[in-house]
Amino acid sequence: MKFTLSWLKEYLDTEAPLATLDAALTALGLEVEGIEDPAAALAGFIVADVVECADHPDSDHLHVLAVNTGTETVQVVCGAPNAHAGMKGILARPGVTIPIDGTVLKKGKIRGIESQGMMCSFRELCLGDDHAGIVELDTDAPAGTPVAEVLSLDPVIDLSITPNRADCLGVRGIARDLAAKGLGRFKDEPVAKVAGTFDSPVGVTIDLPAGQEKACPLFVGRLIRGVKNGPSPKWVQDRLSAVGLRPISALVDITNLVSLSRARPLHVFDANKLSGDVVVRFAKDGETMTALDGRDHALRSDLLTICDAAGPQSIAGVMGGAPTGCTEDTVDVFLESALFDTVAVAHAGRTLQIDSDARYRFERGVDPASVFDGAELATALILEFCGGTASHLVVAGAEPAPRAPISFRPERVKTLGGMNLPAAEMAEILARLGFAAAVESECLMVTPPSWRGDVAAEHDLVEEILRVAGYDAVPAVPMPRPPMPKVALTDAQRRRGWVRRTLAERGLTEAVTFSFMDSRHAVLFGWSDPMLKVDNPISSELDVMRPSVLPNLIAAAGRNAARGIADAALFEIGPQFFGPNPGEQCLVAAGVRAGKTGPRHWGAPPRAADALDAKADALAALAAAGMATGGVQVRRDAPTWYHPGQSGTLCLGRTVVAAFGALHPGVVKKLGVKGRLVGFEVFLDSLPAIKKKASKTRPLLKVSPYPAVDRDFAFVVDETVEAERLIRAVTGADKALVQEVSVFDVFTGDSVGAGKKSMALSVTLQAMDRTLKDEEIEATAQKIVAAVAQATGGALRA
Amino acid sequence: MDNLASLRDEVLSAAAAAATAAELDEVRVAALGKKGRLTGLMKELGGLDPETRKARGQALNAVKDEVAAALDARKTELEDAALNARLAQEVADVTLPVRPEVSGMIHPISQTMDEVIAIFAQMGFTVAEGPEIEDDFHNFTALNIPPEHPARQMHDTFYLPEQADGSRFVLRTHTSPVQIRTMQNQTPPIRIVAPGRTYRCDSDMTHTPMFHQIEGLVIDKATHFGHLKGCLVEFVQTFFEVSEVPVRFRPSFFPFTEPSAEVDIGCSRKGGELTIGAGDGWLEILGCGMVHPNVLAACGLDPDEYQGFAFGMGIERIAMLKYGIPDLRTFFDADLRWLKHYGFVPLDLPTVTGGLSR
Repeated sequence: MKFTLSWLKEYLDTEAPLATLDAALTALGLEVEGIEDPAAALAGFIVADVVECADHPDSDHLHVLAVNTGTETVQVVCGAPNAHAGMKGILARPGVTIPIDGTVLKKGKIRGIESQGMMCSFRELCLGDDHAGIVELDTDAPAGTPVAEVLSLDPVIDLSITPNRADCLGVRGIARDLAAKGLGRFKDEPVAKVAGTFDSPVGVTIDLPAGQEKACPLFVGRLIRGVKNGPSPKWVQDRLSAVGLRPISALVDITNLVSLSRARPLHVFDANKLSGDVVVRFAKDGETMTALDGRDHALRSDLLTICDAAGPQSIAGVMGGAPTGCTEDTVDVFLESALFDTVAVAHAGRTLQIDSDARYRFERGVDPASVFDGAELATALILEFCGGTASHLVVAGAEPAPRAPISFRPERVKTLGGMNLPAAEMAEILARLGFAAAVESECLMVTPPSWRGDVAAEHDLVEEILRVAGYDAVPAVPMPRPPMPKVALTDAQRRRGWVRRTLAERGLTEAVTFSFMDSRHAVLFGWSDPMLKVDNPISSELDVMRPSVLPNLIAAAGRNAARGIADAALFEIGPQFFGPNPGEQCLVAAGVRAGKTGPRHWGAPPRAADALDAKADALAALAAAGMATGGVQVRRDAPTWYHPGQSGTLCLGRTVVAAFGALHPGVVKKLGVKGRLVGFEVFLDSLPAIKKKASKTRPLLKVSPYPAVDRDFAFVVDETVEAERLIRAVTGADKALVQEVSVFDVFTGDSVGAGKKSMALSVTLQAMDRTLKDEEIEATAQKIVAAVAQATGGALRA
Repeated sequence: MDNLASLRDEVLSAAAAAATAAELDEVRVAALGKKGRLTGLMKELGGLDPETRKARGQALNAVKDEVAAALDARKTELEDAALNARLAQEVADVTLPVRPEVSGMIHPISQTMDEVIAIFAQMGFTVAEGPEIEDDFHNFTALNIPPEHPARQMHDTFYLPEQADGSRFVLRTHTSPVQIRTMQNQTPPIRIVAPGRTYRCDSDMTHTPMFHQIEGLVIDKATHFGHLKGCLVEFVQTFFEVSEVPVRFRPSFFPFTEPSAEVDIGCSRKGGELTIGAGDGWLEILGCGMVHPNVLAACGLDPDEYQGFAFGMGIERIAMLKYGIPDLRTFFDADLRWLKHYGFVPLDLPTVTGGLSR
């Protein structure tokens, strides 16, 4: 909402400086987007008297001026043809910034003559296109006066009006708010009525189905005969131009002027292009209309229109039709000032995708009491600018009944608003805003003014009082709080934090990527549900809710590789989506490692990241989440986006809690990423809940005081035998004595035979109650060999 | 006696002259070994009369102790020399770079959320969460935004496809639906913050289609606008970790609060550099207000009995302001150079008592 200061002053009698108005508007909740103050650019420019004007000795068009600045006389070289002694002009001294090009004026010599300043044209000051000569001021102001004080400059104020303040979509409403805040007197002159001299040949009816009458409660029309439509007066054009509207013709400019001044949209039809009377009705399916925006619109029975005998001629409250619009040739004009329902207008505007100033105002709510004033004011302006004679008003419908008063307990300003304010001041604020109040037993019965459709209940009144008295006046009260705060996080939230920081500590860097992705890639990660597609995606690459966190991380690793970081290690903790209903999402900690385990180094050569690196990440995440990873089983049933031979899932019982492995090279390639990657997904929502313990006491530490013995075994087993089977067999051979089993060598080759492999294990034996004797150790070793033979068919390597 | 003195001198000088541990051992054996010369003299003591034996014994023992001490001292000397000689050979290039150690970083969004939660936890808030795909009721209607409300257009909503019944799920445009779900499932008093992902169909220099918000909600029977101011002023003063941040509450409009406010913090833009704190400028950081009675009613709470406030702010925005991160879009690019630069080390868990950040 843009307007000029002089426009505001038409409704507000104030001497307040611009900066004060700026602060007051913000404090009222009328957010100032910006103020263009032409005076700001004129700092340093002064009124100066040209005392002498001589010809430049070395030029046939330059002059050498003696200019009085009010304190001294300086010499200025000037090329303007209109320079002459005795004139008042605008002088810029060295150091001043010239608005047109932003340069700082320097002292200089022009053809050998020193110039101590510049006499300016309007164009150089960005105050117009006039550059035929320097400005000749018509003023009595003495030399030395700042130019900004002499020129009538009109600052443009731009406000961002919140959707509830429809009344402030007109300058008059803004003036009323400022007056309520004490910034001046609101000029509330009544609108004069124009007496009609004949009956309008165009009649008006409202024809709405029962139950939908509120779509248009009131329509006021008037015919003005014999107008001459041409350009509007300069002050109107200047005003509209200043706020960014293009002046079109007097008739159209008048509707814009009234709309901007009073938030009262109007429409003007060329009466001679209307056939018959005007009817407000819903369109019929199949009807069409070409609107003033030049587009053809197919209308439907849910769109409110203004029609004549030929069909719809205007979409109510949104935009008029081109065939009946006013032109330079319009002689008889039919003026519309009507009231349309917010929902009806919003619906039509959205359906037809038409944005207009009228729609903007109607869908936020136009003052129901402004219909007649709007018609009278516009009539007066039309008669003034275009001549002609006005008909009597034609009226269909009636103004809606005023709203019921709101019962208001003044103490709510304290108990809801936190502000102490005497009741008299509250009443004063409400009165200045146009509210009527009557005392009734304990409360006030407050009737909101017709233009404040947003004020519906007691809390709205509290806001009005707080707003005008100023939020700054509400004392900040510390939150009463428990003496010792409780744990703010749920177990699942705490677990997430542990996993996050553990993964980062392991060398993976946390990324946050979008929750949506490219559906062409999502199919590779198990997506198939069309209901998870975004209907209006920001781009086709982000058109479906992701079924997995991995693809966005793979793509991120690819982007990093393209930037020269081949060994990206990234993780993300975020949602993946398995259904379109709220809640059909689960939280996943996923990560990828690309390239090698680290940079080249003389003492620690890197190797390619492999499936077991991903497994280690997944296990670390599970451990961080509080899972006893000893009970985790590895299965070979990872999803299809993993390498079928180098991947697995981690299960707790029958629940899959993680998947890991080398990522499927074919899938990676389809995502447009080069190289080998490994990755993992830990399904945090699938983890069993952390068991609540009655006490934080830990079990007593039990360590054996007797020595532990390490024994090495090398088994030859079929190549298909997996390490975990072997380890389980060894561990199970004597649960009391076998404390630890580790694999320290795995190899295949001729020496172990085709289809076989050798796995060497180190086994730690220890008893709680005695030192193991040689015979006992030997017997346990035999048990281990037998258990391995039974479980895997393997034997000790010869 | 003279021969004892000369024996002593002889052994001591031989010990001093020994150049290796082996030579020194030879000297020891020759003097103190089983067949050593001093040992031999000790053996002869038995043939002497008691008087002489006592005197001779004392003299012999004194020499024996002296020789043993000298041998030990020389031994230590030789060992030290040998160690020094070995160490002189064992020179490593300690200027070599160390073996690579890897540590990842925490994303500024996670860290900032943890900071914000730490502050509100201190004020007795707990953390609530909700789904990111929402229905119309929770995202709009219950928040007092009916279907034709102009405020809906401010939201640039992402929609999922139409259901059989004509309704459409949306990607939540704000974290406010968590307010609704909390009020539906919890009896006041309520004090929660709800961080999470939010979505708007907008993408340019200053907007990304996904971003993060944190919502706050307090519902009880007495919390008023003054508490809202107190709560948020305290938050701002703590979060930014600079002394005296001016805070300004401006009236504004949100369908789900009344009275509503936007909160600005003071800043200075001197020399083109943005600094949070006292200055001549203001920066908007959050929206807030007293929960609208219609919202309470939509959640089954009696607006005549309960009241409270709600607020919501953008995590990326306050992270950008606090840590001077210039471009919103970079948050979601997973550029490791950016993450290493703007990220946080994993062990820096923010707390109010231990400090939010280094």
